[in-house]
Amino acid sequence: MAAPKASADTPADGPYLRVRDLRVRFRTEDGVVRAVDGVSFAVERGRTLGIVGESGSGKSVTSLAVLGLHDPRRTEVSGEIWVGGRNIVGLPEAEIRRLRGRDIAMIFQDPLSALHPYYPVGRQIAEAYRIHHPEANRHAAHRRAVEMLDRVGIPQPARRAEQYPHEFSGGMRQRAMIAMALVNDPALLIADEPTTALDVTVQAQILDLLADLQQEFHSAIILITHDLGVVSQVADDVLVMYAGRAVEHGSVEQVLRQPQHPYTWGLLSSVPSLHGDPNADLLPIPGNPPSLINIPPGCAFHPRCRYADHTGTRSYREVPELRPVAGTNHLVACHLPEEERRRRYAEEIARVGVAR
Amino acid sequence: MLRFLVKKLLLALTTLIAVSVVTFGLFFAVPNNPAELMCGDSKNVCSPERIAMIERRMGLDKPIVTQYGDFMRGIFVGRTIGSGPTARECPAPCLGFSFRNDEPVTEIVARTLPVTLSIVFGAAVVWLVLGVSIGMASALRRGTALDKLAVGTSLVGASMPILLFGPLLLIVLVYETGLLTYPRYTPITEDPVAWASAMILPWFALGFLNSATYARLSRAQMLETLSEDFIRTARAKGLPKLAVYGRHALRAAITPIITIAGLDLGAYLGGTVITETVFGFTGLGKTALNAALNLDMPIVMATVLLAAVFVVTANVLVDVLYAVVDPRVRLG
Repeated sequence: MAAPKASADTPADGPYLRVRDLRVRFRTEDGVVRAVDGVSFAVERGRTLGIVGESGSGKSVTSLAVLGLHDPRRTEVSGEIWVGGRNIVGLPEAEIRRLRGRDIAMIFQDPLSALHPYYPVGRQIAEAYRIHHPEANRHAAHRRAVEMLDRVGIPQPARRAEQYPHEFSGGMRQRAMIAMALVNDPALLIADEPTTALDVTVQAQILDLLADLQQEFHSAIILITHDLGVVSQVADDVLVMYAGRAVEHGSVEQVLRQPQHPYTWGLLSSVPSLHGDPNADLLPIPGNPPSLINIPPGCAFHPRCRYADHTGTRSYREVPELRPVAGTNHLVACHLPEEERRRRYAEEIARVGVAR
Repeated sequence: MLRFLVKKLLLALTTLIAVSVVTFGLFFAVPNNPAELMCGDSKNVCSPERIAMIERRMGLDKPIVTQYGDFMRGIFVGRTIGSGPTARECPAPCLGFSFRNDEPVTEIVARTLPVTLSIVFGAAVVWLVLGVSIGMASALRRGTALDKLAVGTSLVGASMPILLFGPLLLIVLVYETGLLTYPRYTPITEDPVAWASAMILPWFALGFLNSATYARLSRAQMLETLSEDFIRTARAKGLPKLAVYGRHALRAAITPIITIAGLDLGAYLGGTVITETVFGFTGLGKTALNAALNLDMPIVMATVLLAAVFVVTANVLVDVLYAVVDPRVRLG
């Protein structure tokens, strides 16, 4: 089977990753789970895209789809995922496997469970190297592993390479995980909640390390997180997801400074700020994310949205389209008129929590 | 590691001593006098003098504690049983003489233990290879017809007693079709081929039934392991399926199976009385059962102690093996 070549509308010098209208569905006994429902985004090399949303919003499912890690027997993936000018949706497993770990690498949330408990850390890194460098012998791969451990700031890398994951601290484990992901100089790095399981002080170190390494390797990074602080610190662009759909998409400046979607407002105003009035109440989002088997009709966010009634019954009937804010490339999927969104944000949200 | 071993061995020794004391004690709690049993079927033949004579000869006239001490000493350094003209030398490891036919118990054990060892080790190979490969295959093909067949068969296997399965095999393979002959034990040292052909039936019977448990266990273990994060990592690295399953999943899934296998093996080595009986072998299990029925104290002592040694040894081995397989386990 011939690999699809880059077509005219995805020039080789365009974004390294371009996802178009991605849909991921799981068939379960309870029904079809629409985990991702028509998401599009792109990431260039050297840039970082933050994907934000609550648990179950489809962030991780999207990233696993980019890696082609979904079980084809239970999962339906449609849309386009262009990686380096090549659409990988529908590629045979053997082809995608060759991309994994070499062109696209991934860092997971909990490095303790993501590393194999029975093998020394160095050996696991060397293994990742050798799959994609069959010409490298055991010795060379091991040297490369030690080199990478050194590069991610692990002291005494040669000794550490012989140790097992449980002998590492949380931060060191995540560094080792990063070393493993970067061992083949991937063009795209997907970090799924890379700092969630770590102490706050260690979080900052890991984020700094990622930023440093991105400069050095000039890779594209997708950072999946629910932590807006992390996003504001390292991302260039932000994609806010809710119930498997993109609700807001733009630069960090646009999404975090002039957010236009009530869901983004909710995320911002439910996080306390160190600088604000300590007595001011936060505005949490009421309710829970919907089941992805029974996504509410119309705007999926309407049952939790304080402004759902402001547009009559439209929110209950009609799925809002992702449309640009006038004159910008800032995309928002909301029925509220732009004017009202600006006014509401300025009057009601901008003073609360980290939204300040 | 050394500290752990010493601690474990001391504990094992204590267990064995406790087992021997309890067995010894239980035997004397039984109202029958072994001297009377040896004397003859009819009480009329046995004058009190004759019983006393037998008791002297067997050393049964001494206090229980002394007898126990003598017995234990005999195992390690040998001893002289009885006194006067009827005294007999019993070299180490001395387990005494059968009350029934005066045969040295050490010889009885030497004759019957290899039978049990042959059955159990051969069957263990069958149940481990068959069980683990069926379990792994059905985990990897979860939800398919193969998986359902394997799960169904193993449910039947796990619930069928060997008391039923063994005779069924005999009826079908020996009496009806004549594919195999009724097994007759031949020591492996005499004729390995005859030994193996006699063992086919018990190996298959015991191995097949036990493989059911192992298939279910390894299927469950494998499924659990496949959902682990580190398996996702292995796939994200770009490893081919075979390496993901073999190097990453199997290694983690097999650990608890090793534990269960070790303990099972220890327990079975003490005797597989039903298997031995069904196929007409005189192994350790059958010997122990007969001895218990006949109140043949020295044989009961020997077989019970031996079974305890196997179980205790298997426990220590499993602990050590666990630490070898899983680097997170620190012995100490």
